[in-house]
Amino acid sequence: MNKIKIFLLAVCMVPTALFAAEPGMPLDKAPIDTSDNESLQRGAETFVNYCLTCHGASFMRYNRHRDIGLDTEVEVLEKLILTGQKAGDLMLTAMRKNEGEEWFGVAPPDLSVIARSHGADWLYTYLRAFYRDDTTVPGWNNLVFDRAAMPHVFYEFQGEQKLVVKNVGGKEEKSLELVKPGSMTVAEYDKYVADLVNYLVYLGEPIANERKRIGMLVMIFLFGMLGLTYLLYREYWRDIH
Amino acid sequence: MSEQKNSLVEWIDKRFPMTVTWRAHLSEYYAPKNFNSWYFFGSLALLVLVNQLITGIFLTMSYKPDASLAFASVEYIMRDVDYGWLIRYMHSTGASMFFVVVYLHMFRGMIYGSYRKPRELLWLIGMAIFFVLMSLAFTGYILPWGQMSYWGAQVIVSMFEAIPFIGETLHNWILGDFMLSDAALNRFFAYHVVTLPVLIVVLVFVHIIALHEVGSNNPDGIEIKENKNPETKIPVDGIPFHPYYTVKDIFGVVIFLIVFCGIIFFAPEMGGYFLEYNNFIPANTLQTPDHIAPVWYFTPYYSMLRAVTVNFLGVDAKLWGVILMVAGVAVFCFLPWLDRSPVKSIRYKGPIFKTALALFVVSFFVLGWLGTQPPTPFYTLLAQIFSVIYFAFFILMPIYSKIDKTKPEPKRVTK
Repeated sequence: MNKIKIFLLAVCMVPTALFAAEPGMPLDKAPIDTSDNESLQRGAETFVNYCLTCHGASFMRYNRHRDIGLDTEVEVLEKLILTGQKAGDLMLTAMRKNEGEEWFGVAPPDLSVIARSHGADWLYTYLRAFYRDDTTVPGWNNLVFDRAAMPHVFYEFQGEQKLVVKNVGGKEEKSLELVKPGSMTVAEYDKYVADLVNYLVYLGEPIANERKRIGMLVMIFLFGMLGLTYLLYREYWRDIH
Repeated sequence: MSEQKNSLVEWIDKRFPMTVTWRAHLSEYYAPKNFNSWYFFGSLALLVLVNQLITGIFLTMSYKPDASLAFASVEYIMRDVDYGWLIRYMHSTGASMFFVVVYLHMFRGMIYGSYRKPRELLWLIGMAIFFVLMSLAFTGYILPWGQMSYWGAQVIVSMFEAIPFIGETLHNWILGDFMLSDAALNRFFAYHVVTLPVLIVVLVFVHIIALHEVGSNNPDGIEIKENKNPETKIPVDGIPFHPYYTVKDIFGVVIFLIVFCGIIFFAPEMGGYFLEYNNFIPANTLQTPDHIAPVWYFTPYYSMLRAVTVNFLGVDAKLWGVILMVAGVAVFCFLPWLDRSPVKSIRYKGPIFKTALALFVVSFFVLGWLGTQPPTPFYTLLAQIFSVIYFAFFILMPIYSKIDKTKPEPKRVTK
């Protein structure tokens, strides 16, 4: 019955082939590594300094950051807690929902699992794709999220970009051009955002690295069992064959 | 020691048919000796059911069926409950793997004609399990209260509105509100953790009793009970289920666990198919997502729902879509009476049946894939074409299964 199985497998591949051909907004690949604790800690500091003002990470506790090398309560308090909370507290934002709605038109979303819904590449591209647009309320627009309610928080680091629309073979091609440099070079800013995105990915599923580590042990056990159970099966079935 | 044990067994046997049951269903239940790997999926379905029941119980200990708390309680399980992430991934992966295993189990029945006489009722009980499983999956998917939970469910329950005259009343009665809300979340939770699990466990029990009454089919599709040893009255091609198939199934379980744990530990979202990315956004009753796609196991039927775009015979297109979707699931129930072939197994069936089955499988996959995509005119056309092929497989079966050229069945099972 091998033909049936080969056929089933071949049919399973059809959607994958179709997916590959699908066009979409090109996103930059986020250069992240969730095992790099230094990068994660830098990202965490950026997060509490800039993001946490408006966005919460309300499913995450401060002391959970032992995962990324902030082992002691003192370290957590020193690096992450700016507003007098306790180490075991959830990372709530100071901004109230109705205030957010009033100021931005929409309450800033909680960022605990933002990397799981949007993906690292989207976040990495989004945070680097702000440009000046005087027609919008915040004065900024974004190439991957049109009319985003969020202003460009890292403006002073990245500087100011401008939208350039080119007509290539009847097709509009949009790109960004840095018109006013910020305090960081392009490479520095990319690295800065990558650290933050790295942290957001960690924040989305803090257990992820531990999960994979346990998974390896489980796999080793199961492959051992595979051999043993196969031998057991062969032993019993000798009577039949 | 063994004497003591025997006297204990004796004591129980006088009060409960323990040894008799053990023999009837395991050590003296004779199964055909030629089962191949397609025959793993029955016991694997049972394994996944047990997995769902056990992990489900632990999840209910921390989950909160409240529209304002549900999403956060799932993240609480993922972060603050010891090994909560593992329990949750076992349950979410188990849900999808339940369908993988059940679809393959059903497909096995289709290729070897396991639905044919005398197993019609066994097949129908299996279909009842499939309906309950779909209801379980639907009610369970609502519980995390993410965007896809909410809007996917909204699409499904709005189907009831398409029913003439009573539609709207029925819709509101099911939801306990005019729209999907806390009231519905609470009652769907009750169905998911009490009503439907009890039903599925009872049905699975009945399914196994029915199986052991008629005996298992096999890849050759011949009845081993028709050829018994005149002295022992044991089928000559039968072997005791225990220990032969218990040890073989344990090996199958380990292979399954390698795949299952591979997903749990290394790809719990399974590329957005097992846990949809949009479901990591809390349900927002005011913001409809651009594109609503149900979980993969419902997408073939979702495609059928969307395939009907014109009113027909004075009936609304939406209602036709609902009818088509329900028919797409229910049509399997008629298989025992649609198949008129003189042989059961695909091994002895002719080229027409094989072609028809291949087209059916292709249409099932294509419809499934289309259900994950936003509709475009071309995709809708594809969904219409493949829905027709899907149904043609069943509707034309009485004709092609009869005229197809078959090979003679063997007297004894082959390897």
